[in-house]
Amino acid sequence: MSFKIASSPHNRVNRSTANLMLLVAIAALPGILVQAVLFGYGVLIQLLLAIVTAWAAEALTMQLRKKPVLPPLKDHSALLTGLLLAIAIPPYAPWWLIVIGTFFAVVIVKQLYGGLGNNLFNPAMAAYVMLLIAFPLQMTQWLPPASLQSDSLNLSDAVCAVFSQFSCSGFSISQLQTGIDGISMATPLDTLRTDLTAGKTLTESLQQPVFYGIAGAGWLWVNLAYLAGGLVLLKLNVIGWRIPLAVLGSLFIFSTLSWLAAADSNPSPLFQLFSGATMLAAFFIATDPVSASTTNKGRLLYGALIGFMIFIIRKYGGYPDGVAFAVLLANMAVPLIDYYTRPRTYGHKAKGTGK
Amino acid sequence: MSDNTNTLRELTVQGLWRNNPGLVQLLGLCPLLAVTGTVTNALGLGFATLLVLLGSNIVVSLVRNLVPSEIRIPVFVLIIASFVTVIQLLMNAFTFGLYQSLGIFIPLIVTNCAIIGRAEAFASKNAVIPSAIDALMMGLGFMLVLVALGAMREILGQGTLFDGADLLLGNWAAVLRIELFSLDTQFLLAMLPPGAFIGMGLLIALKNLIDAKLQQRQDQAVGITRARVTGAAQ
Repeated sequence: MSFKIASSPHNRVNRSTANLMLLVAIAALPGILVQAVLFGYGVLIQLLLAIVTAWAAEALTMQLRKKPVLPPLKDHSALLTGLLLAIAIPPYAPWWLIVIGTFFAVVIVKQLYGGLGNNLFNPAMAAYVMLLIAFPLQMTQWLPPASLQSDSLNLSDAVCAVFSQFSCSGFSISQLQTGIDGISMATPLDTLRTDLTAGKTLTESLQQPVFYGIAGAGWLWVNLAYLAGGLVLLKLNVIGWRIPLAVLGSLFIFSTLSWLAAADSNPSPLFQLFSGATMLAAFFIATDPVSASTTNKGRLLYGALIGFMIFIIRKYGGYPDGVAFAVLLANMAVPLIDYYTRPRTYGHKAKGTGK
Repeated sequence: MSDNTNTLRELTVQGLWRNNPGLVQLLGLCPLLAVTGTVTNALGLGFATLLVLLGSNIVVSLVRNLVPSEIRIPVFVLIIASFVTVIQLLMNAFTFGLYQSLGIFIPLIVTNCAIIGRAEAFASKNAVIPSAIDALMMGLGFMLVLVALGAMREILGQGTLFDGADLLLGNWAAVLRIELFSLDTQFLLAMLPPGAFIGMGLLIALKNLIDAKLQQRQDQAVGITRARVTGAAQ
C-alpha cells in the first residue's frame, strides 16, 4: 500500500506505509529522549519490551492466520503501536504490564479486526485503557521528575525497578515516588485535580514543588519535544494539519473559557496545552490514519471532539489523563462523522448527498 | 420409536449447540454478562433459569389450546413470573448467600428473552413432552455457556475455580474451591463488564471456528457428490 502525496500534478512523492510509520517513530525520538532524561531510563526499557512484544505478537498472529509473516513486520505499524504504548505508561511500571498491553493492542485490537487498516480503534490507546482499567495501581505509579527525586536512578536501577519493582539498592516504587520533600507525588495533572476537587484553590495547589515551571516540572519540556517532532511531521506532509490544529484549538478554547469563568478553580490554558500527553495526542495519536476520520471537514470535527473530551475528562474524570479515553470515544464517532461530512463529488450540487 | 429418538436428538443438538440461546440466539445476554464473575454465580443463575424454563415450557404447552392468540404474550409472562417467584423464594430459603450475591438478577429472569422466546417459538406449538425436552436442552445450553464464561473470568480474574461453591451447595462444597494460582495483582478487567463482553466474543468466535472446521470435514467426506449437486449439469 502506498499513499500518493502530491504537491502539484507534476511532482509526486510515493511514500509507502512503512516509510510513513518509520518517519512518525523517528519524529517521536526527541520526546522520548527528553522523557528518558527527565523521568529516568525506565521509558527506554519499556520501549524495548514493547517493540519486541509487538513484533512477536504480530508474527504469531500472522502465523496463526496462515499469512506471510514478514510483510506486516516490515511496515513498522507494530513498532509504532508498541512505541506509543511504551511512552504512555509510567516508566517504572512492572514489565508484564507493557507485555500484556502490547499483546492486547496487536492481537485483539488490531489483528482480530483484520490487521492493519481494519481496526476501529487506535491499538495503543485501546491497550492503554485496558491496562488502566485492569491494573489501576500500576498504571498510576508515575515517579516525580529526576530533579525532584530523593534518590536518582541509574540505568541498572531502572532495569531492577521494571523487572522487580525494587531498585537495585532495595527501594520500593512507592519509596521512589517520594520526592525530596518527603511527600509522595503524582503527576501535576493528577495532583491538581485532586486538590481542586478537595476544595483548594489553584494558587494554593501550585505552591507544591511538582508544579515548578509552566506545566508542572518536566512536563513542559516533554510536550515541547513532541511538539517539535509533530511540526517536523507536518512539514514533511506525513500528517495533515487539520487534526492537530483542531485538537489543540478546541482544548485551548474550552480551557480558556473555563479559566476566564473561574480562574482559581481551573488550570490555565497553557498548563492544559503543555502538561500530560497533550502534544503527543495531538500530533502522534489522534493522527493515526486508520482510526481517524478521513474527510477534511470530518478531521476538524474529530480533532475538536478529542480536544473537548480531553478537557472534560481532565476536569471531571477520575483518571490521570483524558487522552486515551478521548481518542477512543472519538474513534467510535468516526463512522458517523464520515457519513455526515462526505465531500461534494465533482459534477454534483453542494447540498444533499449524492444528488 | 425411531421417530421419537430422532426428535430427542434433534432437540438436544439444537439446544446445546446449533441454536444455543447464549452463543447463537444471543438471548438473555444481560444476566449472561452480569453474573458470570464466578463459576458459582453462573451455575446458580443457570440452574435457576433452567428450572424456570422447564416449568414455563410445560405449563405453556399444557394451556396452549386454551389461550386465545391475542393475549398469549401476557399469559406467558404471567406463567414465567409465577415460576420465577417460586424459584426466588426457594433460593431465599435454601441458598441465602447466593441469593444475596445474585441480587436483582433472580427476579430479572422474568425478562430473559430466552425463556419467552422458547414459550412463543416452541412450547405454544408443541406437545408437553417435546416442550419439556426442549426446555431442558435450551436451559442446559444456556447454563453451559454461563459456566464456561464464569470459569474463564474467574480463572483470569482471581485464579480460582468454584470460589464460594458452599453458598450454592451447602457447607461441604467449600472443599470444591480450587486455587489454580495466586498473584499479587488481580486482572481486574476479567471481573469487570468489559471483560465479560470480550470473553463472550471469544466464546462465540471459538464456536464459529469449530463449526467451520466441522463443515470443512463434512465437505471433504462428501467430496465429489457435493460437486455434482451444486453443478449446473443435468
